[in-house]
Amino acid sequence: MTSNTESEVTAAPRSGSRWLWFHKLSSPPYAFRTAGNLRPWFFWPSLILMAFALYGGLILAPPDYQQKDAFRIIYVHVPSAILSLQVYVVMAVAAAVGLIWRMKLAHALAAAVAPLGAWFTFLCLATGSIYGKPMWGTWWEWEPRLTSELIMLFLYLGFMALRNSFDDLQRADRAAAVLAIVGVVNVPIVKFSVQWWNSLHQGPTFSKLDAPSMTASMAWPWGLMMLAFVLYFAAVTCDRLRSEILRRERNASWLAESLRSR
Amino acid sequence: MQSDSAAMRSDTPSSSMSVATAGVGPARTGLMRITSLVIVRDVKLAVRHLDQVLQPLVFFAIVVTLFPLAISPVIDELRKISAGVVWVAAMLASLIALESLFRADVEDGTMEQWVLSGQPLSLLLFSKTITHWLLAGLPLVIAAPIIGTGLGIPVSVWPVLMGTLAIGTGSLSILGAIGAALTVSLRRGSALLALLVLPLEIPVLIFGARVVDLAMHGEPVTGPLNLLAAMLLLFLSLGPLAMAAAMRISVES
Repeated sequence: MTSNTESEVTAAPRSGSRWLWFHKLSSPPYAFRTAGNLRPWFFWPSLILMAFALYGGLILAPPDYQQKDAFRIIYVHVPSAILSLQVYVVMAVAAAVGLIWRMKLAHALAAAVAPLGAWFTFLCLATGSIYGKPMWGTWWEWEPRLTSELIMLFLYLGFMALRNSFDDLQRADRAAAVLAIVGVVNVPIVKFSVQWWNSLHQGPTFSKLDAPSMTASMAWPWGLMMLAFVLYFAAVTCDRLRSEILRRERNASWLAESLRSR
Repeated sequence: MQSDSAAMRSDTPSSSMSVATAGVGPARTGLMRITSLVIVRDVKLAVRHLDQVLQPLVFFAIVVTLFPLAISPVIDELRKISAGVVWVAAMLASLIALESLFRADVEDGTMEQWVLSGQPLSLLLFSKTITHWLLAGLPLVIAAPIIGTGLGIPVSVWPVLMGTLAIGTGSLSILGAIGAALTVSLRRGSALLALLVLPLEIPVLIFGARVVDLAMHGEPVTGPLNLLAAMLLLFLSLGPLAMAAAMRISVES
């Protein structure tokens, strides 16, 4: 970045140059620009990878000997299931950073990714339900993974609802951060207890989602799709973070100046 | 003891301030003392509004009554779901009582004084949570066997039912108090409180109801009972910190 950018960094980094990039990110103008610069590097590779993965998954991969073509939905289902958990961790870590070091931008990041996490969770539930119809014969099965995904969705909804209930943005940030941290402590307990609950109730759990022995032609589209989902998440997060910064900094002078210079 | 009772006479800000300042003297700043001051004050206040204490209990009874009406009056059918019904009803009754847990103290400024008092806020809030359990959890524990009998829970299961409820409602009170501290400054907090707290309470429900169910089938219950107790210990150790963090956010303006 140019020397012009340096002058806009508000928090003077003291803990050596190794953390300089991190301190820089706490500056809204810098983060706004960085997110804007990074976005295409995430977005276009994501689209390209997704196209390859879809071609590989829907056309090149052979149908499963047991599940026929129905298994192909895992190319959407499993990445969204993994991301639904990962995004919660990202959100909770960002919220904790915001709460502990009072970094406003970390709160903005947590706010930006929460609806994305909820969306991945919903996508996982919806595709799981569609997957379940031909496999198990029902749209919904009280199966541990589906059930804990449903609880994840409730946790995301609670986080977003709490954030929306406050008029004061800073209070909303910090209250939601406490909730996210409490949630992240509880998520393993929820997952464990739901599994335990299920093992008592039903006989053998369905282990088809584990995809125990995938042939290579089935596996590589899955890997690509996972990567594509992660990049897509990163790209949309950049977008959402930028709009979150715009909303929060709407009265800031740097924004007016950068608009005028354009 | 005289000054304590004077301080506890009402819950106005000035009196609670004297509670706070009473602890400033070096000889009198016992943590147990603060805890007992808060608990005694809240219990006294509750005894003077006894109907508010009874409301969750009546709610508990009503919710349980709904199930035979909605499902079936046949006792053998009800017995299958009895453990779950009693547990869900207890969870909701505990939630009903949570909304008012911190509200009065926040609205009249007592909580602000507590935050400023220099005393550990986590301990003060935890003491209030203990009171919540004494007033909303313990009556449920005592009433549960009587109400459970109506659903066909045999007398031999009573000790297990009361034991799990005693441990479980403790966890519910702590988790609920975190949610109550987060939402106390909001006008329409009750639906939100349920949305925040109920998903977090699911593990307690799973283990609590399962222990009772296992006991009704004459199976050993130590495993899940230990897990239930372990959860209580986890929430006991970390919960007060989360309550204090949440309350500081809610009170500061």
